[in-house]
Amino acid sequence: MRFYEYESRKIIERAGIPVTRYGFCNTPDEARTAAEEIGGSVVVKSQVLTGGRMKAGGVKFADSPDEAAAHAAEILELEINGQMPRGVLVDPKAEVAQEYYAGVVWDGTQKRPLMLFSDMGGIDIEEVAERHPEHVGRGHLSNLLPISDFEAKQVIAQTGVTGSELNRATPILARLAALMRDCDMTMAEINPLARLEDGSFVALDAHMEMENEARPRQRGLLQELGIAEDEAREPYEPSEFERNVKAIDSADHRGVIQGKDHGFQGNLGLVIGAGGGSLTLTDAVRSQGGSPANYTEIGGNPSVAKACGLTREVLRKEGVEKIAVMMSIVSNTRVDIVARGVIKACLELGKDPGETIAIFRIPGAWEEEGFKILERYGVEYCDRSVSMWEAAGRAVAKIQNPAASSSATPGAAGSGEGR
Amino acid sequence: MSVLLDESFTFIVQGITGREAVNLTRECLDYGSRVVGGVTPGRKGREVHGVPVFDTVQQVTEAVGYVPNGSVVTVPPAFTKDAVFEALEAGVELIVIVTERIPRRDVAQMVELAGMRGARIIGPNCLGVIVPEVCKMGGIGGPARDAAKAYTPGAVGVMSRSGGMTTEISSTLTAAGLGQSTAISIGGDAIIGSTYAELMPLFEADKQTEAIVIYTEPGGRMEAQLSDWVKENESRLPIIAFMAGRFMDSEEMKGMSFGHAGTIVEGAEDTATEKIARLEAAGIPVVERIDEIPDRVKETLGARV
Repeated sequence: MRFYEYESRKIIERAGIPVTRYGFCNTPDEARTAAEEIGGSVVVKSQVLTGGRMKAGGVKFADSPDEAAAHAAEILELEINGQMPRGVLVDPKAEVAQEYYAGVVWDGTQKRPLMLFSDMGGIDIEEVAERHPEHVGRGHLSNLLPISDFEAKQVIAQTGVTGSELNRATPILARLAALMRDCDMTMAEINPLARLEDGSFVALDAHMEMENEARPRQRGLLQELGIAEDEAREPYEPSEFERNVKAIDSADHRGVIQGKDHGFQGNLGLVIGAGGGSLTLTDAVRSQGGSPANYTEIGGNPSVAKACGLTREVLRKEGVEKIAVMMSIVSNTRVDIVARGVIKACLELGKDPGETIAIFRIPGAWEEEGFKILERYGVEYCDRSVSMWEAAGRAVAKIQNPAASSSATPGAAGSGEGR
Repeated sequence: MSVLLDESFTFIVQGITGREAVNLTRECLDYGSRVVGGVTPGRKGREVHGVPVFDTVQQVTEAVGYVPNGSVVTVPPAFTKDAVFEALEAGVELIVIVTERIPRRDVAQMVELAGMRGARIIGPNCLGVIVPEVCKMGGIGGPARDAAKAYTPGAVGVMSRSGGMTTEISSTLTAAGLGQSTAISIGGDAIIGSTYAELMPLFEADKQTEAIVIYTEPGGRMEAQLSDWVKENESRLPIIAFMAGRFMDSEEMKGMSFGHAGTIVEGAEDTATEKIARLEAAGIPVVERIDEIPDRVKETLGARV
């Protein structure tokens, strides 16, 4: 999950990293008051969970409280990459002598956190690493040993930083590393980290992302930040379909279903699973000219009600003409239960299962029982002798050319194990 | 031969009294695996399909008189780290972690301790390991009857980030007359105990294995690591890869995660397109369809004879 800048600042502040005296504001009046309290020139920054604020006009400088209020009024109405801001942050315009970068990310290959430091801050670290590799210091951390200051010092010293700058930056990077580990962040970044004219260091912007899996044990921190447990913090707003599928999933503990339709606008509804199977099948549909209306994952042997609920949501999506019910070979999820669920959904919505279900390809546990049910309703099905690719292709053919494919189905359907 | 497991391999199940663990134990016993004990704190004295249950791993080792070779860990995410540490400190050498949704920090800690103890972790978020007709450690392939349908002994080593696709691929190989030496569901998380490159030396040393098939996904650097490994080591084993999740490369899917926790694209090198290019540059062909795999394997095997 992502944090807004004002939250990220609070997180680093509570870890003992100095930040400027900023104000988080929801109205132009609040921005004026914040600017008055700060005194002097300020910067007004849009609080959105997306990058590119500067380019979009979401960051503006003001020399007076009135100007700050005027900028806030504009920025609060400004949509950036499809997101309306949560508020604005009013920050003093700092007298910066030099900008640095400090970050800690996961290195999946080494399976350890990686500290990064650069004396070229304010720009994208990946760009610095590519163009000026000698300006980026790196160092891995142990997952088990306590974090020591010397480890941070080594990383900073690699960039040539020395003197009092080195000694002042060291605890900041060490604290950032400790908070990244302790708060289960997938990344914790201060960019820019500024050295002011008086020699002190202060974080001017921060970016944090927490691992979703750790949300339960980080409840205390999230409460402190005022983040509700149901705030998804996805890069986009969940759709009605996504919300409904989630509700169906949480209403029943048996099995797991997931559904996404962000970025999908097709006519073929997908009732598919499991993790890797869904990825494979979505590709197979698209590569053969099909247009998926959604993405789903079925796993862990869901109940009939759950399979039915998921199918109903897919069928109710605008533009869905037929559905394809497909999975890789199942060993836990039962074929007959999924078959019952999808047929029930068709019937409840007054649709003919034989017409609506373009293909049913779920081989594995309880397949004989499942295939019997499908036969009764005239649904085309196939076992493992028909590949995932071929099953997806049949579904695509049916939706693109219903007349031609219906005459071709009987021979192919229900062929049994056949090997 | 095979990798990781053999006829004499013994293991325990931690969290054995859970619903899924009871099924898994039954499946493994039916397949002929030697499950010598189970652990669920507070349930000492019970039995699960004839397997005695203990409170601690230490009690199991005392009761059987030796340290079992492996442990299948299937306990809730909040307790997994403790269970794995317990097994590692008892001297268990191969740990399969089935549990999903374990925070990355915990996984990294378990992997680091395993490294210090000379042990190996498979998973988390995986279905385990199977050596066809010899031993099955975990839920891989499901009930013994179903596992026998999909998996047959042979020369192909299979590694997959998806548990279900491990079986789909093996079944496709089996249907084409190609058996498997060992199939490993390596896990779907961003950080896992054993990556393709870390398992390659085992297959390399295994006389039975003549080719490798891998199932790959967007997200992470595991495929890049394998590409580097292949370039640096003169491997005798041809590798065929399948890449799922190509659709995630489209602009509107940016920042989204599908399938497994580990599929989230966090850097420019993590996309399907980028990975396919890297694998192919390392001489690893990437097929678009699962059903292309058997012919490609036969071609590479034929070319070597």
